[in-house]
Amino acid sequence: MSARGETTLWIAQRASAAVLALCVAVHIGVMVYAVQGGLSAAEILARTRGSAGWAAFYGVFVAAVAVHVPIGLRAVAVEWLGWRGRSLGVALHLFAALLLALGLRAVWAVVA
Amino acid sequence: MSVLQVDVWRGREDGRFQRFEVPRAESQTVLDVVTYIQRHLEPALAYRFACRVGMCGSCAMTVNGVARWTCRTHVARVARDGRLEIGPLANLPVIRDLATDMREFFDKWARAQGQFAPTATRRDEPARVAPQSPGRAAADAAIECIGCGVCYASCDVVAWNRDYLGPAALNRAWTLVNDVRDGARGARLRAVAAGAGCHACHTHMSCTERCPKRLSPTASIAGLKRATAAALLKGEL
Amino acid sequence: MRRDFRARSHPAWWAFLVHRLSGLALAAFLPLHFWALGQALHGEAALDAFLRWTEQPLVKASEWAIAVLLAAHLAGGLRLLALELLPWRDWQKTLLAAAAGVTLAAGLALALAI
Repeated sequence: MSARGETTLWIAQRASAAVLALCVAVHIGVMVYAVQGGLSAAEILARTRGSAGWAAFYGVFVAAVAVHVPIGLRAVAVEWLGWRGRSLGVALHLFAALLLALGLRAVWAVVA
Repeated sequence: MSVLQVDVWRGREDGRFQRFEVPRAESQTVLDVVTYIQRHLEPALAYRFACRVGMCGSCAMTVNGVARWTCRTHVARVARDGRLEIGPLANLPVIRDLATDMREFFDKWARAQGQFAPTATRRDEPARVAPQSPGRAAADAAIECIGCGVCYASCDVVAWNRDYLGPAALNRAWTLVNDVRDGARGARLRAVAAGAGCHACHTHMSCTERCPKRLSPTASIAGLKRATAAALLKGEL
Repeated sequence: MRRDFRARSHPAWWAFLVHRLSGLALAAFLPLHFWALGQALHGEAALDAFLRWTEQPLVKASEWAIAVLLAAHLAGGLRLLALELLPWRDWQKTLLAAAAGVTLAAGLALALAI
C-alpha cells in the first residue's frame, strides 16, 4: 500500500485504540458492577432502555471496534496466512461492515 | 571440562548440523571455536569474519538459537553442558555453512533511502550542529549501527513478511531524518512508510533485545511512525 | 535457517503474543456478543433465555476468560501506545509489569464479582 495509505491505517488504528481504551475501561467497570448477583435481562434493560447516554457511549464503542478490529486482522492475515492484495481488502471491509451492523443492531436492541 | 561438543550447520537451507569436538581454552570465543574447526577439522567450512574485535560486524551467526557476534561472545557465557550449536543468521539465504547472502539486507537500506542527500557543497562552510539539539541527540542514539544483521535475523516481522524493510534499514533512515544537513526528508518518509515499512513493526523488540551495540531500532522505528503520521496530517506525505 | 523459541524468549515478545492472541479471540467473540445482545429485539424473555444458557459453568468460565483477555488487550494496548507515542525511555519493563498488573487486577475483580 502507498505511504499515505499505510500511515492513515496506522493513525486510524492508534486513534481508535485511544477511544477504545476509555470505552473498555468503562465497560469492564460496568461488568464488574453488573455481574454481581447474576445477570438478568430486566436489570440490563432497565439500565439502558431510553438512555441517550448509553446509546451514544455504545454507538461510539461499536464504531471504534469496527475500525480497530479489521486493521489488526490485516496484519495477522498478511503475516500468519500470507493473505494479501485485493481479496484481503474486500474481506476486511466486509468484516468491518458486519461488526458495525451487528454492533449497532445490538445497541438498538438494548436502548430502543 | 576440556572438550566442547559443537554442532555446526553444514550446507545450504536444506543442510544439517554436523558434530565436532573442540578443545576448550581459556577466554575462548565462539569465533575461536569456528576457526579451530576450519583450521584443524574441516578445511571446507565456510564462514565470515574480519576484525575479531567487534568493529566490522561480519561474524554474526546463530549461537544456541540466538543471533550474536561470535567474536564478542565467550564460550563460557553461552555453552550449556559443554555443548554449542552454531548456525548461519536466520532470515537470510544461506550461501554455505555459516555464511549468508546479505544482499537483501543491504538492498533494503537503499530502499529506505539510507543514503545521505547533501544540501551543501564543498565550497560551503561546514554545517554547525549543536550537540545538544534534539535532532542530533536522536541521531546520536542510533548512529553506531555497523550493519551486522543481528537485528534483521532476530526480527519475526522480517520472517513473516518478506517485504518488511527491517530494523537496521529503518534505524538508518531515522538517523537521516534527524540530520539537519540532509535534503531528502520528504522522499525518505515516503520510502519508509510505503508498503511494509515502519508501520509493519509490532514492537516485538527482538532487535533491541539482541543488538550487540545496545541500540534500540524499536525506538527509531517508533520515531519514524510519529514522523510519518505528523507529515501526513500536515499534508506533506 | 528458521528461528525457534530461543530467539523469542524475552518479555516483549511474550507481550506481543498475548496481544495478538487476545485480539484474535476478541475479534471472534465480538460477532457472537453482538448477536446475543440483539436477542433483546425479540423481547426481554428472549434475552433472559440466553442469559440463563450462559449460567452453565463452562460458559461462565469462558465469559470470564474473554473478559480477562479484554483486560490484557487493553493493558497491552496502552503499553504499545506509550512505547510508540511518548518520547522513548528505558521503561519498557516497567510498562510490561504495569500491563500485567492491570490485567491481573481486572481478572481478580471480575472473578470476585462473579
